[in-house]
Amino acid sequence: MTVVNGRARDQGIEEIIGTLLRTGVILAALVVLAGGIFYLARNGSSPAHYGLFRGEPSDLLHVAAIVRDAVRLDSLGIIQLGLLLLIATPVARVAFTVFAFAYERDWTYVVVTLIVLALLLYSLGAWHVF
Amino acid sequence: MNTFELTFFVWLGSLVAGFLGSLTGLGGGVIIVPLLTLAFHVDIRYAIGASLVSVIATSSGAAAAYVKEGYSNIRVGMFLEVATTFGAITGAMIAVRLPLPAIAIIFGIVLLYSAYMSYYPSKEIHAVEKTGPVAAWLRMDGTYPTPEGLKAYRVQGVPAGFSLMYLAGILSGLLGIGSGAVKVIAMDRAMRLPFKVSTTTSNFMIGVTAAASAGVYLNRGYIDPGLSMPVMLGVLAGSLAGTFVLAKARTPLLRTLFSVVVAALAVEMIVSAFTGRFSH
Repeated sequence: MTVVNGRARDQGIEEIIGTLLRTGVILAALVVLAGGIFYLARNGSSPAHYGLFRGEPSDLLHVAAIVRDAVRLDSLGIIQLGLLLLIATPVARVAFTVFAFAYERDWTYVVVTLIVLALLLYSLGAWHVF
Repeated sequence: MNTFELTFFVWLGSLVAGFLGSLTGLGGGVIIVPLLTLAFHVDIRYAIGASLVSVIATSSGAAAAYVKEGYSNIRVGMFLEVATTFGAITGAMIAVRLPLPAIAIIFGIVLLYSAYMSYYPSKEIHAVEKTGPVAAWLRMDGTYPTPEGLKAYRVQGVPAGFSLMYLAGILSGLLGIGSGAVKVIAMDRAMRLPFKVSTTTSNFMIGVTAAASAGVYLNRGYIDPGLSMPVMLGVLAGSLAGTFVLAKARTPLLRTLFSVVVAALAVEMIVSAFTGRFSH
């Protein structure tokens, strides 16, 4: 009967994950929208330039720098912070799942989930923060 | 066009893409990149970055609804995410080294495949009687709700599914799409998950895969806030609207129409790559 019990507890995890994802997406969308309105109010009439790739300035690339820009109320910084919140939403979901599996004492899946989390943090360049 | 006009039209285009992507189950990601590059002449790197962001938004939004209904299999999803995130990082790293026309050509081929898949949706394969050895060790069997109550299913073919997921991850990181089509094949064909379980688990995984790619793109300067803003907001709104409509009507005609549009975009991408549109 352990399998049945496991599934029943997974159901509880699923509900929390659902709420987590929804909250993350709504929050990110609101921050991006706020930054976007701010950005267009200031730069709406200037010419657009996305045909030419320049790469983003370094202050829009890394977590710490984006947060710094957003705090200064720089409009692009605010949008980038919203996008960062969005990218962080699945990461938070994975992090939460580590605890959920640990609570179930399902150590195989704790390890599996930790590997996924490590890969995500690696890709986000987490080493720039620490 | 000034920034305001361009932002508005990109938002409108993304809204339509998200709406159609959600209605047809193909996802908005596959048409965002062709839309931005072909219609708005956006550099393909910015287009891929913006597309990835929109993929995370729709996947997470949709997954929030699905997980609560108890269809998705978290164990299967999490295990396969090892393959997709690793693949996504690989793909994103290949993307920054590959010539732009090559990316456009690969994109065209994947689009053609998606159009084909959308036109000839795969049929449900009979469920298996026996759990595969790896699936048994990882305790992947599960249940899902049906009108007659919870129904149990068995899982097999984990090594094959895992390998296909690595490929799906590479494509996602390389092209900025969710690769839902490849993911569903891995779970339907190789692992024999029920349709409802494979599609929702795939959706559940897409956000994590795309987040891994997006991290690399963000650090490389491929995610432009001014462009990603209307794309993300448009696709999100469009796909939400799509799910409301979807609940009411099945849409075979729309599906056919969308396949044709996607195929046309695919040809346009490939031709543009050969005529030097993407090389600058």
